[in-house]
Amino acid sequence: MGPLAAYDIISPDTNLLMAFLIGIGFGFVLESAGFSSSRKLAGVFYGYDTVVLKVFFTAGITAMLGLLFFSLFGWIDLSLIYINPTFLTSAITGGVIMGAGFILGGFCPGTSFCAASIGKIDAMVFIGGLIIGIFVFAEGYPLWEDLYKAKFMGIPKISEALGLKDGLMALILVLVALAMFWVGEWAEKKFPREEY
Amino acid sequence: MTTKKLNPGSYMNPYLSGVLLGLVLLTAFYVSGRGLGASGAIKSTIVTAVDAVSPSHVENADFYAEYMESHPKPMKSWLVFEMLGVLVGGFISGALSGRLKLKIEHSPKITSRRRLIFALAGGILFGFGSQLGRGCTSGSALSGMAVLSLGGIITMAGIFGTGYALAYFVRKNWI
Repeated sequence: MGPLAAYDIISPDTNLLMAFLIGIGFGFVLESAGFSSSRKLAGVFYGYDTVVLKVFFTAGITAMLGLLFFSLFGWIDLSLIYINPTFLTSAITGGVIMGAGFILGGFCPGTSFCAASIGKIDAMVFIGGLIIGIFVFAEGYPLWEDLYKAKFMGIPKISEALGLKDGLMALILVLVALAMFWVGEWAEKKFPREEY
Repeated sequence: MTTKKLNPGSYMNPYLSGVLLGLVLLTAFYVSGRGLGASGAIKSTIVTAVDAVSPSHVENADFYAEYMESHPKPMKSWLVFEMLGVLVGGFISGALSGRLKLKIEHSPKITSRRRLIFALAGGILFGFGSQLGRGCTSGSALSGMAVLSLGGIITMAGIFGTGYALAYFVRKNWI
């Protein structure tokens, strides 16, 4: 029964080894998909390359459906999975600031590591920026601690918030994802760019 | 899975990549009881570095103290090992596909210098935002969607909404 680490089926040290192996899978797939290129990543905001949309939503619904079916078959105990708690104010403001960082820098932390691993200097500089940004947050913490801890909501699920069963929520998200794919394919035809 | 040498610039089908990524994410949940992430690894590294330089600062400053309480050995963290794996995995994929090259990737319409300035500025903003948002696109948005987390979806909307809102103003950098 999963999660294996939660049931002590694997030791904490083995868990770290698994983290490393999972990371290899993560990095390999990201790079194969082209997430090691800032120009491909930024493409989702201009329509010329919607790989972010396609990969993101496909991955999200694959894992989501996987978890639901695993739970159904008794292969995983969902209540033991760690989920970030929701603090509404910082969830929004953090997202907005990250969005600005994304469109300016063309990366997010995971993709910047992936791109740096194949030699992209702009990714390495982005990582330098990440370090500075986190350090600024750390040092100025008392200034934004209140905002950071405001409006604690526990760990609400979208399904709960909408008053739907998880299964129905999953179906809706699959439909949303399919709509996103359709938009993505349409956009790439409408806003083509030369090879980049 | 066959590994033949692909042409540089030729990438895996995005939907196939998405399924594979989803399976990696599912594995993380099944094995370790948590989703993927990235920004947390950098946080661990910074806390460790600051602790090495000034342990008293770490004890006295809330941000570091709170972190050390729940992570007495910051570098022995799931995310740090995962990100080391990302470097290896990315490198292997790049090597197999002929995409290993030290370069500053930028639109031909702007200079390398301009690209690097924006990369730095973007990184600083993203780093700061990732702390406020308690995760980045991998941790909050992707992993959040998989567990139907409301906070995750909200942060994802914030990230992409803002990206679209600002896209027009920095379009010269990309198109």
